[in-house]
Amino acid sequence: MEDSKSIIKNRIEKKKGRISQAPLYIMVLPAIIIVFIYSYIPMAGIVIAFQDFIPAKGLFGKQTWVGFQNFVFLFQLPNSFRIFWNTIYIAVMKIISGLTFPVIIALLLNELRHKWYKRTVQTLIYLPNFLSWVIFAGILVDILSPGTGIINKMLEFAGIKPIYFLGNPKWFPYTMVITDVWKNFGFSTIVYLAAITNIDPTIYEAAYIDGANKWKQTIHVTLPGMKAIIVLVATLSLSNILNAGFEQIFNMYSPQVYETGDIIDTFVYRMGLINARYGLATAVGTLKSVVSCILISVSYYLAYKFADYRIF
Amino acid sequence: MKIKRTLGERIFNVFNYTYMLFLSLICILPLVHVLAISLSNKAVVDAGRVTLIPIGFNLESYKYILTKPEFIRAFTITLKRLALGISINMLLTIMTAYPLSKEVKAFKHRTFIVWYFIITMLFGGGLIPFYMTVKATKLMDTVWALVIPGAVPIYNVVLMLNFFRSLPKELEESAMIDGAGHWTILWKIYVPVSTAGIATITLFTAVGHWNAWFDGLILMNKPENYPLQSYLQTVILGLTTMLGTTSIAEDWKVLQVISDRTVKSSQIFLGALPIILVYPFLQRYFIKGIVLGSVKQ
Repeated sequence: MEDSKSIIKNRIEKKKGRISQAPLYIMVLPAIIIVFIYSYIPMAGIVIAFQDFIPAKGLFGKQTWVGFQNFVFLFQLPNSFRIFWNTIYIAVMKIISGLTFPVIIALLLNELRHKWYKRTVQTLIYLPNFLSWVIFAGILVDILSPGTGIINKMLEFAGIKPIYFLGNPKWFPYTMVITDVWKNFGFSTIVYLAAITNIDPTIYEAAYIDGANKWKQTIHVTLPGMKAIIVLVATLSLSNILNAGFEQIFNMYSPQVYETGDIIDTFVYRMGLINARYGLATAVGTLKSVVSCILISVSYYLAYKFADYRIF
Repeated sequence: MKIKRTLGERIFNVFNYTYMLFLSLICILPLVHVLAISLSNKAVVDAGRVTLIPIGFNLESYKYILTKPEFIRAFTITLKRLALGISINMLLTIMTAYPLSKEVKAFKHRTFIVWYFIITMLFGGGLIPFYMTVKATKLMDTVWALVIPGAVPIYNVVLMLNFFRSLPKELEESAMIDGAGHWTILWKIYVPVSTAGIATITLFTAVGHWNAWFDGLILMNKPENYPLQSYLQTVILGLTTMLGTTSIAEDWKVLQVISDRTVKSSQIFLGALPIILVYPFLQRYFIKGIVLGSVKQ
């Protein structure tokens, strides 16, 4: 019995050894080439940050090298600190609210006892996530408009003066945070709900017999059961601290709110593609990439260490 | 086990059920509101009387949009993008994930190649060098610019790779004994048994291509090459007004019932419509997909 098993095993091993690895290399080759061209060459293109770049001469043409001049110029710009601050401020608010709100919603959803009701709620709150930011922003611009928007009509009805959510620098960052949560909270609850359903139901029974009410069960059973995934999501969101949400802000901001709403990515877009200051824009982008790369590495390391998370 | 409900719990339940209803409505009503505006008469819309039900029902805004050549052209480009993008993305995702799902023993340089791909998730050249690269490879103003640079979605490759790994090893081994090579094993055995995983990733890819707008905006110099969402970006959120200059709008009868706002609303709704239509079918899959991709033990 043992013998025949090992004979088969041997035969498989032999066969495996004989089967050529060449097809595997041929399979990955197209992906390797495309990634090389569109991911690795742009990485090398960071040299633009150290040049007085003239597009006509080409990406790797004979450009004039200017050393760190672009970076120095960047730090002398009166608004560079402001842009950096806006980015962090908006991103941190989004990370905190984007973390706590979905956890609370998952806990509340879990308390719904009618399955059909729960499923309907889930279906509806996941939907906005699937709309593009163009569509969602289009809706928001309409309903938030100070003159004709329905939100301000409702505020007016309640006796509150119309608020220019997207045109007032004071309101703009908060509008961005709230609308971002609005679009994404439903979808973010999925992982937390999955974590809750993985908790062993006998623990709840034990807690109930020991006299724990719903509230105590939530604090002492559900939340500890979700701890691992919450820590994981929190750690990984650290790497997003320089991403305040380009697609969203780009579609809703205007020169009136640059003061509080301009972020690194929108600034790079305007500097680079609108004003054709390639060197300067790449310098900003490079700084962001380097910091982001460090943050991502740190957060993946922390996630690996504390939550035993691996990408693959 | 029967659980007795206390008064506090009952109050909580009433609150909770109401609150969840409120949240659901907040996610869906804006869309209903926009739909109502798009179907209403201009005068009523301007007076701010439309909330959730169209008043002065008419389809003129939709008629106006659907006869607009720019809209049709952008829609055609998006269809091309979807057809090319989905097939290229899926082909490369499957072909890349298969070798990487092997052990180092069966695929010698696996670790190195995996890192080669992972690094691009961690570090990138940023917007300008990317733009210059696409320009240098002469893809600007073609539909290929929207398809080729993103042809290898690394995140999906990782999902697919994990999916392949979860398949029983015996499948591969018995095929090998029967003399199958890697190509046969991949297309005749792995792909047919992975339909659930492939369907999930295909849907994500399709939604991604439908919703993409920024690449169209920067990689197309001529607005007539914009895919639908990029076109919508310029007309819904841009500064251009849609009415007034075109010849169709000169028909004063039409202009009496439509305005910029009703036309914008109908475009918003049309841009969201395919998502709303496929969403119910998609939902079954994506929860699994998300959980598969994020929670791994």
